[in-house]
Amino acid sequence: MMQDLVVHGAFIVYAIGLLMTFGLILTWVERKQAAIMADRIGANRAYLRIPFTQIKLVWWGLFHGLADGLKMLLKEDFKAASYDRVAYAIAPWIVFTPVLLVFAVIPFGGTLVPAELFSGSPDIASWFGDRTYAMRIAPLDAGLLVVLAFGSITVLGSMLAGWSSDNKFSMLGAIRSASQMISYELVMGLTVLGLILIYGTVDLVDIVEQQSGTLLGFLPAWGIFLQPVGAVLFIAAAQAENRRIPFDLPEAESELIAGYFTEYSAMKMGLFMFAEFIEIAIIAALFTTLFLGGYNLPWMSDAGFTLPGGHFVPISHGAAVVMQMVVFLVKVMLICSFLILVRWSLPRFRYDQVLRFAWRFLLPLALANLVVTVVAVWAIQGAGA
Amino acid sequence: MSRKPFVRRVYWNEPAMNWWERFYLFEILRGLSITGGVFTRNMWRWITGRKGALTAYYPEEIRPDYARHNRGKHILTQRPDGRPQCIACNMCATVCPARCIEIEAGLDPDDTPHPKYAKRFEIDYSRCIFCGFCVEACPEDAIRMVPETPGLPAQDRWHMWIDRDALLNWNPQRDVAKPYPPKPGKGVPT
Repeated sequence: MMQDLVVHGAFIVYAIGLLMTFGLILTWVERKQAAIMADRIGANRAYLRIPFTQIKLVWWGLFHGLADGLKMLLKEDFKAASYDRVAYAIAPWIVFTPVLLVFAVIPFGGTLVPAELFSGSPDIASWFGDRTYAMRIAPLDAGLLVVLAFGSITVLGSMLAGWSSDNKFSMLGAIRSASQMISYELVMGLTVLGLILIYGTVDLVDIVEQQSGTLLGFLPAWGIFLQPVGAVLFIAAAQAENRRIPFDLPEAESELIAGYFTEYSAMKMGLFMFAEFIEIAIIAALFTTLFLGGYNLPWMSDAGFTLPGGHFVPISHGAAVVMQMVVFLVKVMLICSFLILVRWSLPRFRYDQVLRFAWRFLLPLALANLVVTVVAVWAIQGAGA
Repeated sequence: MSRKPFVRRVYWNEPAMNWWERFYLFEILRGLSITGGVFTRNMWRWITGRKGALTAYYPEEIRPDYARHNRGKHILTQRPDGRPQCIACNMCATVCPARCIEIEAGLDPDDTPHPKYAKRFEIDYSRCIFCGFCVEACPEDAIRMVPETPGLPAQDRWHMWIDRDALLNWNPQRDVAKPYPPKPGKGVPT
């Protein structure tokens, strides 16, 4: 019992630290990547001075995220003359909390066997016994469903924020946000349904483990090769869920000031921004888990590599754990970078275009993808039976 | 009340897209490949120790291609013996629209042709708008502006003042049109 608590406590600390770091770093990555894409230099002024010296640590402007956070915390929490107190206060948290909670079911590493990891010291090893842990916080069978469920709670937060602010811009932003997110939720759900049909499970660890095999003898059995259309639809729908630029109509600086959080200031506004940036990391983690083989390298499983020729390369447990965690982070970082690339490349849709894109283009595509998947799965399983 | 339904006007030069462009996905990929290509190119330059940006890293890096008549940092011209040519007439301070020039005049009875000189001559670069009126107003050609702007920015406004000695010496220039004889006896008045 105690052992479970220790291990899960460590997981939770790791996950929270990971998400917060991603939230902070991504603000910097976004600015820097946008600058480099536009032949500029980008954020480069914030520095930490080592006390009592004149040594300034600039580190390519890495501390701009820190400076932004500090500014948000220290600013005056300005409130409008009339607003709904309760809803106004809890709205940022309703946006922020589900984003963090989603990560509870996403596996960020393979199976952890503490006894084998601490085999050097027999006391610890015997204390842990033969317990094994999948590296994720909540061992839920309904992993993917939980992700979708928490994803749709965010809509409530933005609706509350817009409604409670007593501001027409906020209200418009909230309405846009709600209709947009409901539309794209549908696309996302239908897309993921194809994957569920193929893998036959909604447990994310199972999904990752099924992706460590091979397709046609040489391709890694990643979701992106099984469901290429699904991957594109998923990333489009996820970007829309995240309300970032091709789909940033709920925020729309040029028309709605800041959309549903127009009336928010200081850290309350910071929470909305932070939630948005963490959501990028969450989307990247989900995409990695569902389509890019999760924490595994190609042809890799917990025990070792099974190369296409049938050759098996075993790796030790400690190496596997470290490698899986690092691989997961690298994949998430690359997908985040790709999402930022999309955000800084594409022009914005008009509002009617956003909804038309969802209902007339993505939804039929998702349905067609689902039908094809169903037929293919039925044919293959029928052939097997 | 009945209103006419909104009919969108069709213009003669309406941009036409073929079905390939209308499908959008491949055009997106094309756009992403362009921006991604620029990103990787610039990133590769940064990684290999070159500069991957077109912008200058001001103020650490100053562009070499300032215009010849760019109004940059001020200088005070020197007489042949190193004293400032300024006669503290206050015309530049008067004409300055930003009121950023402060001059304190001093009296030097030994220098009979120009007994009045600038004891203090200070410019506040946090307020200067680089209009060049001071240069135009000066009857003695004592203040000039050069194209370069080294070392102007500072962390706070108190470090953005520049005093007489700095103005005289950061880029010493002489007025060749007026070769004054050196002052008898003393050196630079303080």
